[in-house]
Amino acid sequence: MGRTLAEKVWDDHVVRHADGEPDLLYIDLHLIHEVTSPQAFDGLRMNGRPVRRLDLTIATEDHNTPTLDIDKPIADPVSRTQLETLRKNCAEFGVRLHPLGDVEQGVVHVVGPQLGLTQPGMTVVCGDSHTSTHGAFGALAFGIGTSQVEHVLATQTLPLAPFKTMAITVDGELPAGVTAKDLILTIITKIGTGGGQGYVIEYRGSAIEKLSMEARMTICNMSIEAGARAGMIAPDQTTFDYLEGRDHAPKGEDWDAAVAYWKTLKTDEDAVFDTEVVIDAAALSPFVTWGTNPGQGAPLSAIVPDPASFADPSDRMAAEKALEYMALSAGTPLREVKVDTVFLGSCTNGRIEDLRAAAAVVEGRQVADGVRMLVVPGSVRVALQAVEEGLDKVFKAAGAEWRHAGCSMCLGMNPDQLAPGERSASTSNRNFEGRQGKGGRTHLVSPQVAAATAVLGHLASPADLTAESGLEA
Amino acid sequence: MEAFTTHTGRAVPLRRSNADTDQIIPAHWLKKVTRNGFEDGLFEAWRKDPSFVLNQPERKGATVLVAGPDFGTGSSREHAVWALQNYGFKAVISSRFADIFRGNSLKNGLLTVILPQETVEQLWKLTEADPTAEITVDLESREVRAAGITAPFELDDNARWRLLNGLDDISLTLGNEADISAYEAKRPSFKPRTLHV
Repeated sequence: MGRTLAEKVWDDHVVRHADGEPDLLYIDLHLIHEVTSPQAFDGLRMNGRPVRRLDLTIATEDHNTPTLDIDKPIADPVSRTQLETLRKNCAEFGVRLHPLGDVEQGVVHVVGPQLGLTQPGMTVVCGDSHTSTHGAFGALAFGIGTSQVEHVLATQTLPLAPFKTMAITVDGELPAGVTAKDLILTIITKIGTGGGQGYVIEYRGSAIEKLSMEARMTICNMSIEAGARAGMIAPDQTTFDYLEGRDHAPKGEDWDAAVAYWKTLKTDEDAVFDTEVVIDAAALSPFVTWGTNPGQGAPLSAIVPDPASFADPSDRMAAEKALEYMALSAGTPLREVKVDTVFLGSCTNGRIEDLRAAAAVVEGRQVADGVRMLVVPGSVRVALQAVEEGLDKVFKAAGAEWRHAGCSMCLGMNPDQLAPGERSASTSNRNFEGRQGKGGRTHLVSPQVAAATAVLGHLASPADLTAESGLEA
Repeated sequence: MEAFTTHTGRAVPLRRSNADTDQIIPAHWLKKVTRNGFEDGLFEAWRKDPSFVLNQPERKGATVLVAGPDFGTGSSREHAVWALQNYGFKAVISSRFADIFRGNSLKNGLLTVILPQETVEQLWKLTEADPTAEITVDLESREVRAAGITAPFELDDNARWRLLNGLDDISLTLGNEADISAYEAKRPSFKPRTLHV
């Protein structure tokens, strides 16, 4: 019987297999950031262990970094200590680090791919659940805890339990104005936050094949929000074109050998998935969340659901608690939900394409009175590219704030936070209670919906913009 | 890692699904660079509500958390496990755990026990009616026991063996050094390196 893409990549990394034990897998790339690594380096120190493969390890600073006044000392002493700890650890052990102020600094999941370090058929780990992002290249990529960070530092391997395979096939054409974000939010609502548990998801079908690498990263990024161990997309010409010429992409004969291998990385015709889900791309529309987990979403054109409409008692209870926290009433059209803040950025939607799409919507328009819009590029490279294209000027002219790269308001570990009771439309990945700041209320949206929402002051899509400005005229 | 064999203690019934890692330990706590001192951050936002179950005096000293489905969803932060352990929890029972949270728990000796939602309901009813009711989580016999309830649970033999003996994964893996070196010797040259060596 044939094998799936995930099974092929797994098989190519088995260092040791023994019955009744987890397989020991080799790790091709280990990404490090300041939050989940200090205790791991402490463990190495306590046991007198070195980092086994410095040449497969790279670090950056992202979660704590401020997005304003980055040339000044970091105001929060605890954040400052955490960043200084990373710098000390990297210097002591010899790990390559791109700190705040460096041209390669940025959100770890934006940095890896743009350097060309993320390639098809690799195993990629990081002490961060959104490591699933790198699956867009046909890599097996997943988030790990700090104990596993230490394990990889010390051994460059991980013992891993077997996984199940799920195919999510998306055929057809995405309608105009419907993005990768709308698609993945729809998928999570359909299968639930636990629906992917134990599975590696492979996204396939004609609609997926047509997506850019940036869009594929958006999809794979949020696999974890469906509870999946990883998400993957088979590499193709789009993948190879993205990689060719990047700093760490193979060169010369190595490139030819790599591409020949990468072309074998697709699910065999006769392979069987444990579960299959089929989505009709043409039936999709802009999609937003109304609740406090990423599986509580609905089309923008819908209303806030009635908790009584959920058959499962725990779903019903969760919906009741979510509406209470979100201060929403069942039956309210989602388009009528007013926001205070719009956040454009994160490892989900902080790439150049996302910035371009949002800029095209706000160009020549103004952010609504009483709304603040934060634009936080995913990396310094993304910011530089945006400046070269004049996107920063478009955002600033519209009244948005153009910030420095980092995780920022996605999780509010730096000063970019919602105040209690504030409501945001956010292109990030989690709408958990308090995620963007204590008492803050988050609606997850696409960059296009974020931009239109900023202009109109309520959840909206670019299509509404033309309609409403038509009415005004 | 601390070994886990069997544990008996009072319970905290947490009637919430999707208790995500941002609820278990909010992000601002993650700035600490140690593995301890997280107890005050556990469910920090929910604890602001005086009626929250963890604030009830009769739950003081409880060591078994009985939670709704999809416990530990979200981030990979191991701090969530440390917070539960720092607070005093030895085991968490739920019908479904997020994968990364579960992996992190088992590496720290916090036992995560998967039981059917009906059994979780029974345990909720029992411990809500009688806060002094004790729950035993027995890893040797892979069984949860409480007044009128005996429920077997699954945990693979390898994970169970490591927990029962409190074994450190890294030492076990380093025992396979020859396999790792052999694998490294045959890695293709086109695989990327972060350093030019």
